Amino acid sequence: MSGTQTTYNDKVVRQFAVMTVIWGIVGMLVGVIIAAQLVWPELNFGPWLHFGRLRPLHTNAVIFAFGGCALFATSYWCVQRTSHARLWGGPLIPFTFWGWQLIIVLAAVTLPLGITSGKEYAELEWPIDLLITAVWVSYALVFFGTIAVRKVSHIYVANWFFGAFIIAVALLHIVNSMAMPVTLTKSYSMYSGVQDAMIQWWYGHNAVGFFLTAGFLGMMYYFVPKQAGRPVYSYRLSVVHFWALIFTYMWAGPHHLHYTALPDWTQSVGMLFSLILLAPSWGGMINGIMTLSGAWHKLRDDPVLKFLITSLSFYGMSTFEGPMMSIKTVNALSHYTDWTVGHVHSGALGWVAMVSIGSIYYLLPRLFGKSEMYSTKLVTAHFWIATIGTVLYIASMWIAGVMQGLMWRAVNADGTLAYSFVESVKGSYPFWAIRWLGGVLFLSGMLIMAYNMFKTMAGGKTQDMPVIAPAGHHA
Amino acid sequence: MESVYLLIPVSVLLVFGIALAFWWSVRSGQFDDLEGPGFRVLMDDNPPQPSVEKTKTEKAEKV
Repeated sequence: MSGTQTTYNDKVVRQFAVMTVIWGIVGMLVGVIIAAQLVWPELNFGPWLHFGRLRPLHTNAVIFAFGGCALFATSYWCVQRTSHARLWGGPLIPFTFWGWQLIIVLAAVTLPLGITSGKEYAELEWPIDLLITAVWVSYALVFFGTIAVRKVSHIYVANWFFGAFIIAVALLHIVNSMAMPVTLTKSYSMYSGVQDAMIQWWYGHNAVGFFLTAGFLGMMYYFVPKQAGRPVYSYRLSVVHFWALIFTYMWAGPHHLHYTALPDWTQSVGMLFSLILLAPSWGGMINGIMTLSGAWHKLRDDPVLKFLITSLSFYGMSTFEGPMMSIKTVNALSHYTDWTVGHVHSGALGWVAMVSIGSIYYLLPRLFGKSEMYSTKLVTAHFWIATIGTVLYIASMWIAGVMQGLMWRAVNADGTLAYSFVESVKGSYPFWAIRWLGGVLFLSGMLIMAYNMFKTMAGGKTQDMPVIAPAGHHA
Repeated sequence: MESVYLLIPVSVLLVFGIALAFWWSVRSGQFDDLEGPGFRVLMDDNPPQPSVEKTKTEKAEKV
């Protein structure tokens, strides 16, 4: 087929890329609001804007709206380029976009109204769960359909990661969301008690493993080499990374339930698998960073590369911290404290958000017919503001978390608790204020990105690019 | 521990599925070349159009 006749479907990539930035701002704004509510409790207005209802809105918005749109945009771009084929699926493609946006809007309405199934990171009620299933199956059909019509025999490693992420999330979502509907807005989980807890954290941790790790690793394996203009450090290692990660990930979930009613052996299995995960995680991190080996100078003046490489550093840091926190003796100190919150955000802000932001900065000029972003200086400013924000956030949560853990376990000579709970709350105030400041900085960075994005879009031509014939390929 | 009766079969099925995918990918030659694909990904993209080229094509269209 000649390259001039078929074009890539970039319309859907454009839509998802723009919405990534928009939902990023919305989700992080809600995060800043709930961080402020912890410092100034007077900000809890009425039932709808209460911390308890806004917190799931924050997590859903940043994970599934911001992160989800980033994954849709980058996977659709990557699978078309590396397969040398136009996106397959016809009407299913716009359905994934509009369906996903509808889900996000429904979440933004139902969660503040208090309509929730109460399962962390899976709060949405059953009608929305059904819609998620429909959109996700369509996404799988579009993605694997495009793989099926590829013009080269090799499937690039990034697509393996994206593919595993799509399949695993479908499985997790369906198993965990099994529920008996009572009314349109209320259902009861098929599982109860500790069974429910086990299923929930099997889902919860694998959502971290496949939604927030495998998917974004796919992003990393495509956009880091592209932005650096160099092949990934070791393609062989990337293949080993993939198979090692997916063979070992599924059993780490019980580390969320240390010292609960869950049987002890299950907790130990969870801890063991979490420790094993350190190996593939660091293999991937080193592989990504070493892609720049011999070209470190590129980091000096390329802010997009700064975002991508810094994200890998945070990935390495949080995948070291995670296995350490899963060790039961460490967990005895860290569990239920702000240390966990800090750990999550070192992954969420440092890894997931930064690799997404870097990838979207790579895509935006290409999607809107420009050679570069409207202002590279603003991208650099965004990078530094986001990095300082992340560091403030993580460091304050570390200190607050360890302090809380130590205060809660401190006992007097006679065996009574040395501190009341409220004393640990009082001690946390200054750190919660610093955390809020870190969040404000990170959000400001996103606002700068939005300005830069709209300036880049202005007057840009959005003509579709022709599908490029595979270079030097012998089928 | 009824939940384990669900999760273990699911995981076993999954591992078989993954093993099958791995077996297929090895047999179909996905890993025959573990150097080339890294380089090929750098060549499969339209370069961002520099503004100079754009004005050239615009001029060409006018002519």
